Amino acid sequence: MLKEYQTVASVYGPLMLVEGVENAKYGHIVDIEMGNGEIRHGQILQVEKDKVLVQIFEGTSGVDIDKSKVRFLGKPMELGLSPEILGRVFTGTGAPKDGGPAIVPDKKLNINGNPINPYSRDYPNQFIQTGISTIDGLNPLVRGQKLPIFSGSGLPHDEITAQLARQATVRGEGEHFAVVFAAMGITFEAAQFFIDDLTNTGAIERAVLFINLANDPAIERIATPRVALTAAEYLAFDQGMQVLVILNDMTNYCEALREISAARKEVPGRRGYPGYLYTDLATVYERAGRIKGNKGSITMVPVLTMPEDDKTHPVPDLTGYITEGQIILGRSLHRKAVSPPVDVLPSLSRLKDKGIGKGKTREDHADLYNQLYAAYARGKEAQELATILGEAALSEEDQKYMRFANEFEGRYISQGYYENRTVEQTLDLGWELLSMFDNAELKRIDVKLIEKYMPKFRKTSI
Amino acid sequence: MSELQAGKIVKVAGPLVVAEGMAGAKMYDVVRVSKHNLIGEIVELHGDRASIQVYEDTVGIGPGEIVINTGAPLSVELGPGLIESIYDGIQRPLDELYKSQGSFIERGATLPGLRRDKKWHFVPTVSNGTKVQQGDIVGQVQETTLLLHKIMIPFGIEGIINGLNEGDYTVDQVIAKVKKQDGSDADIMLMQKWPVRQPRPSAKRLAPDKILQTGQRVIDTFFPIAKGGTACVPGPFGTGKTVVQHQLAKWVDADVVVYVGCGERGNEMTDVLTEFPELKDPRSGEPLMMRSVLIANTSDMPVAAREASVYTGITLAEYFRDMGYTVAIMADSTSRWAEAMREISTRLEEMPAEEGYPAYLGARIASFYERSGRVECAGSPQRQGALSIIGAVSPPGGDLSDSVVQATLHVVKVFWSLQARLAQQRHFPAIDWLTSYSFYKQYLAGCFENKHEADEMMELSKVSMGLLEKESELIEIVRLVGAESISAADQMALETAKSIREDYLHQNAYHKVDTHTSLDKQRNMLGTILYFHEKGLEAIDKGAEPKDIFALAVREDIARAKYIPEDEKEKLNAIRNTIDDQIGSLYAIV
Ligand SMILES: Nc1ncnc2c1ncn2[C@@H]1O[C@H](COP(=O)(O)OP(=O)(O)OP(=O)(O)O)[C@@H](O)[C@H]1O
Ligand SMILES: [Mg+2]
Repeated sequence: MLKEYQTVASVYGPLMLVEGVENAKYGHIVDIEMGNGEIRHGQILQVEKDKVLVQIFEGTSGVDIDKSKVRFLGKPMELGLSPEILGRVFTGTGAPKDGGPAIVPDKKLNINGNPINPYSRDYPNQFIQTGISTIDGLNPLVRGQKLPIFSGSGLPHDEITAQLARQATVRGEGEHFAVVFAAMGITFEAAQFFIDDLTNTGAIERAVLFINLANDPAIERIATPRVALTAAEYLAFDQGMQVLVILNDMTNYCEALREISAARKEVPGRRGYPGYLYTDLATVYERAGRIKGNKGSITMVPVLTMPEDDKTHPVPDLTGYITEGQIILGRSLHRKAVSPPVDVLPSLSRLKDKGIGKGKTREDHADLYNQLYAAYARGKEAQELATILGEAALSEEDQKYMRFANEFEGRYISQGYYENRTVEQTLDLGWELLSMFDNAELKRIDVKLIEKYMPKFRKTSI
Repeated sequence: MSELQAGKIVKVAGPLVVAEGMAGAKMYDVVRVSKHNLIGEIVELHGDRASIQVYEDTVGIGPGEIVINTGAPLSVELGPGLIESIYDGIQRPLDELYKSQGSFIERGATLPGLRRDKKWHFVPTVSNGTKVQQGDIVGQVQETTLLLHKIMIPFGIEGIINGLNEGDYTVDQVIAKVKKQDGSDADIMLMQKWPVRQPRPSAKRLAPDKILQTGQRVIDTFFPIAKGGTACVPGPFGTGKTVVQHQLAKWVDADVVVYVGCGERGNEMTDVLTEFPELKDPRSGEPLMMRSVLIANTSDMPVAAREASVYTGITLAEYFRDMGYTVAIMADSTSRWAEAMREISTRLEEMPAEEGYPAYLGARIASFYERSGRVECAGSPQRQGALSIIGAVSPPGGDLSDSVVQATLHVVKVFWSLQARLAQQRHFPAIDWLTSYSFYKQYLAGCFENKHEADEMMELSKVSMGLLEKESELIEIVRLVGAESISAADQMALETAKSIREDYLHQNAYHKVDTHTSLDKQRNMLGTILYFHEKGLEAIDKGAEPKDIFALAVREDIARAKYIPEDEKEKLNAIRNTIDDQIGSLYAIV
């Protein structure tokens, strides 16, 4: 019953206009059979009477107006799912890429998903241990949170995401943890590094990968995060798993959107990105969360590279307006060989307070990060002052704080990509570093907590 | 109604659908699109060709499908049952939707805004045979422990009322009839309807003259908002817009709060939903939910409904104002509303003005804020109501030259400027004390019964702002030449300014006590800080060293004053004595 049309009227950018079509529906998918028999895939962006505007995922190069045949499939894009997807690698649109068999689906789901009823959401408040001190100690991640990594070109976000995928665990018995990784326009090496890393550590068994590489069709990237999130929703809300979704790199995704928008001659917003970029990103990011009465959760770590390290660029800016905080990587820390180079001061997990404390991590957690943050902020200022005036010009106080900042960067922040710390180790390290100060200086920590925890560390460090 | 024709879709582009053959259609008529029954609204008409913004996902819709005109504009249901509700942008109850559809929102659902199955106890307040007209209160329903719901005669009805009886009624049962002049009867129910894009009329606009207390020190003391006033909170992401809005929703001294989450996070609505029933209103001790209505159009919901959500919210708020209540509405974020407008405008291929926004952006924003105000309500008994609007604005990159910020600043009377720099220093609320402003400041005095206290508060506010301004000038000099090189009095000024910032302006929303401070405690706290300043200056005059003054132990008491519970006033009062003692001990040395 599928109708086939050989009435392509024009092709421009990644778009194709087909005429004389009956019964086309907005948002449905099409197959395009080219003159040479190659099949490409597309999605309907607009229908006006019998004219249909289609975006082609694989791009239009080589598309022939006269010979191409367009088939309207009469449904939106779907992904076939079963528990067998774990351990597999797929393309950015969900076709097997690892030479393995096709998935025999239990279920087929529309990749666009549906909005979560806010009334049915459960508040994210369960700690996830990532083994990374700057996250667990200072910016705790909780189940159902969306916490992006703001990176820059040349910064080691690939190492951090691999570390997250390898180490992240939920505390609690009988929880099943899974990683869904969506690559959009990243290099072959970056993707391979990630796959190898997971394979070597066995973590691949609990992972699903959707890979669109830098040399893969750009427009396909528009579908990739949605495909990955559909898999994540299945694993989380159907199979009851705790799913960590890594989307790398959202800047490439946004560029693909910009390309479509430009081809449609839409009024451009800032830096040429479409005016609906916020809404579009929100329909991706808001798919993270927890649902009442459901065991599973989707926690999301989108990665994006900030062009020219500019936080006000539309991609990081609009992302920050949707996500629940951000982890920012710093170029100067990276130069100092601090790894992972997490810039602690502008980083923030907005849900940090909800997942920590007695019964969740430890009673001293909140006071401790406030104190570490304050001391490091002060030490950073001293560091900066020292570069201007010279160390000798600093007061004794300032010199002490500077020493603290250096130690903190060297030991707390810089842990390397293969050290997996428990949250207790992270907290203890915080105490150890703070032991260079008198108790009276630790104004952010409850006196009772200082009395309880500090003595242990004073002994060892003085 | 017979001339209304069903049309046929000719175009679908995202949230915009164009249909032909829509004879008899009017602008803003609500339509049903396709067999899926999607709800839409006509936003442009050319002959019988209508452009429709659709409030639900349009995937799978195409030309040839049917569009049915309901002939009525987008309206909300007003009556008992609004309080404690959580609605989507077009007043569909999300809790009911959850029961019928599960965790994810599917399209095409129709659910009334007010429950039909619940009975409310109605008590008439006028007797049968009374002549009534629009806006007259004829009875009441105790809707929640905090809200007495007044039942009013709908607009456009006038005559003699009959059939009023105390009893239990559902919202759509007839509770009385009004015999109109033409002899016909109008049914009166607990519920009435109102089109959201049309402001509800009142008898007379009055100028705001009272402060809406928020319990937020930087706001109440320096940049207060009035009952019936307007305020905006612009700021880059993560600077605290939502926390300010939530704090206000919790602590303002209003009778009703309408909170509109417009194109923002689902988790933030969940936060409100879980927190409000737990938190107690400081005046009555009742759960805050008992006076709140929530509207949640989260950012993943269809964009057109986001445009409507702001109007839905303000209409509910006006309805409570008409009962003679003080109402406050928070809209987080109005930028998302403006973006929804922009998206529809783009699809309509309208000529864009700045940043792609439609040329009417400014007019729409202005007319939204114009729906605020203090009024003499329509009808009798004579009563006054007030509606305050507090809008968050999320400018790209935090840039205040953004069109939405600028259009908003044109009309609002209070500006709370959030700064990324302060937020990063974890100085919250990150409201910049030097650039924010309020046109309602003069009414602050009216919050105090006693003239002496009122004068004191105004003076404290003035003096401390002066010190903060002085600090911003001195700080440059200090950076260049060091703190020791300025006069002792200036050092004292710097130290007090710091104390004002850290011990007073800084307020932790998550601290049990600090989250809310009464005006009386504000006066006392700020008075204590300035008392120390005064005593310090005196001591300097008598030869004391600034550093000895700054090192006094009482400063810790001043810093911790914010954590003293409201009912332990004596502790706060005692600090001044301690100041006297400790400063006195300095003289002993001198
Ligand atoms: N008064 C406050 N007390 C303590 N913490 C605060 C306060 N205000 C803001 N914060 C902190 O700042 C974070 C961000 O605040 P908020 O969510 O209100 O920002 P926002 O301006 O609404 O951001 P966005 O535009 O992304 O929605 C909060 O999660 C909280 O950690
Ligand atoms: Mg916010």
